[in-house]
Amino acid sequence: MSDRVENRLFQNRYVVDVGRPHITVKPHVNPSNALVAMTRVCPAGCYSRNEQGQVEIVADGCMECGTCRVVCAQTGEIEWSYPRGGFGVLFKFG
Amino acid sequence: MKQNHFDAIVVGAGPSGNAAAYTLAQRGLNVLQIERGEYAGSKNVQGAILYADALEKIIPDFRDEAPLERHIVEQRVWMMDDAGHTGMHHRSDDYNEDKPNRYTILRAQFDKWFSRCVKEAGATVIYETTVTSLMRDASGWVVGVHTDRNGEGITADVVILAEGVNGLVGRTSGLREELKPENVALAVKEMHFLPQEVIDARFNLKGNEGVVIEAMGTITEGMVGTAFLYTNRESISVGIGCMVSDFTDVGQATPHGLLDRFKAHPSIRALLEGSEIKEYAAHLIPEGGYRAIPELVGNGWLVVGDAGHFVNAVHREGSNLAMTTGRLAAETVADIILSGGSCSRHNLAAYVEAVKDSFVMKDMKKYKDIHGFLKKGRHVVDLYPRLMNRAAQTWFRVDGVDKKSKESTIVREAWRARGIGGLMGDAFKLMRAWR
Ligand SMILES: Cc1cc2nc3c(=O)[nH]c(=O)nc-3n(C[C@H](O)[C@H](O)[C@H](O)COP(=O)(O)OP(=O)(O)OC[C@H]3O[C@@H](n4cnc5c(N)ncnc54)[C@H](O)[C@@H]3O)c2cc1C
Ligand code: SF4
Repeated sequence: MSDRVENRLFQNRYVVDVGRPHITVKPHVNPSNALVAMTRVCPAGCYSRNEQGQVEIVADGCMECGTCRVVCAQTGEIEWSYPRGGFGVLFKFG
Repeated sequence: MKQNHFDAIVVGAGPSGNAAAYTLAQRGLNVLQIERGEYAGSKNVQGAILYADALEKIIPDFRDEAPLERHIVEQRVWMMDDAGHTGMHHRSDDYNEDKPNRYTILRAQFDKWFSRCVKEAGATVIYETTVTSLMRDASGWVVGVHTDRNGEGITADVVILAEGVNGLVGRTSGLREELKPENVALAVKEMHFLPQEVIDARFNLKGNEGVVIEAMGTITEGMVGTAFLYTNRESISVGIGCMVSDFTDVGQATPHGLLDRFKAHPSIRALLEGSEIKEYAAHLIPEGGYRAIPELVGNGWLVVGDAGHFVNAVHREGSNLAMTTGRLAAETVADIILSGGSCSRHNLAAYVEAVKDSFVMKDMKKYKDIHGFLKKGRHVVDLYPRLMNRAAQTWFRVDGVDKKSKESTIVREAWRARGIGGLMGDAFKLMRAWR
């Protein structure tokens, strides 16, 4: 039963706004602890670390919960907005 | 009336926004409601238990039309350790009544239905449109909104912010502070489908009867949080949530890993056996309690529902507080506008008074110290469920040990785990926070 997060997200419906990600990580050298924590705490597994240790995001599977927004509000390392109206996750059951 | 001018604009079509827009339209006001999702509910997540009373006060005969799953006849509260659970079950045939009090629902479907009612009541509802900021006049008075579709903006006498927990419009406009990680919980949830007969058999149900399980204990791995399992007609909603600051600072888990372990727990696994998962969702819950409630009104605006931090985390109530604050805000606005008044902070303060007089603020106030209690006493969510399960095992195993010795073992284990001072301190603090 222990699915990887990608398999789970596969069940969901998304309308991806190609080329206009609604969350971006600002360029940085060393990520804060808060930003690093998002590589574990994001429920959609959107955050990962690259080989240089910087945190990157691929927001396609984002469920728009806002956790990363709240966690990184103090550090200002990410820019977060809602996807344009009609784009993003589309819950069938919620 | 100016072209494109409305009496009121409602931002968001969740329970709070729908309650507000419906009430305003019923009173004959010219209402515009704006929702960013493709349809109402497409962005929304809930357990979900619907509490009939709050909706009945808005749509008395909702039971005839609303998409309801099952009415609740049994409540289970489980304290879990790694091997099992100890808990309380309450079930009664009295809940098989004409007008049941609680139902399970699926929010995406329920919100869509509620939104249809809002339109039928006469409001203008637009979807797929995100409100990006508030429009203000030179004195700072809120006079409308800007959206990602309409450059010029749309004006109204008043804007009701029903935008949910993240509440970006209110925050970026400086109406309220940023959420703190220790004041919000992150919950993840899956939809498990099974044939209706299988659910009926597993939970001992007939007709539309439903069961609710709320669980806490070692399943949250030392973090403050709870898990739930709710029966729908042909599916089971299963989820778990913990405070965001605990996810980042206390636990080591991923949210989905936590959910997987809960699903694999010996007490849960058999209930979900063979199910097909059709959705995985995540959402924040404002759980900072009474002290986290922001400013509720200003010149030309009010805030309702999750955006106003109206969630009673102890009783798992949110949607009913959302609908009630939405309705009270709308009644206040309708009274003002229909009597020719202005939606000034001073006049809108009647909404704050109405919320204070209702169960909403009374309950929020009653539990104002629980949040602080759990923040400092995180051990209670792990230790006490453990002790309870140990005690139950000691008590129920028949192994040649006399009952008096068993009693002493139970007391000694509790004592050793927490010390007499700790035990009494916890009990005292909890009593004070509960009062
Ligand atoms: C996992 C989970 C389980 C829960 N279980 C229960 C339960 O069993 N019972 C219960 O009563 N409560 C429960 N709650 C709480 C309940 O879901 C909320 O309290 C309730 O949904 C709040 O309603 P709302 O209308 O204020 O906000 P929401 O339901 O979040 O609605 C806000 C709406 O505004 C829209 N929106 C936001 N920003 C904009 C914008 N800028 N422009 C346009 N539209 C916008 C959103 O798309 C959304 O439709 C649960 C919550 C979660 C997460
Ligand atoms: S909003 Fe939620 S799901 Fe989306 S990237 Fe942030 S934490 Fe992940």
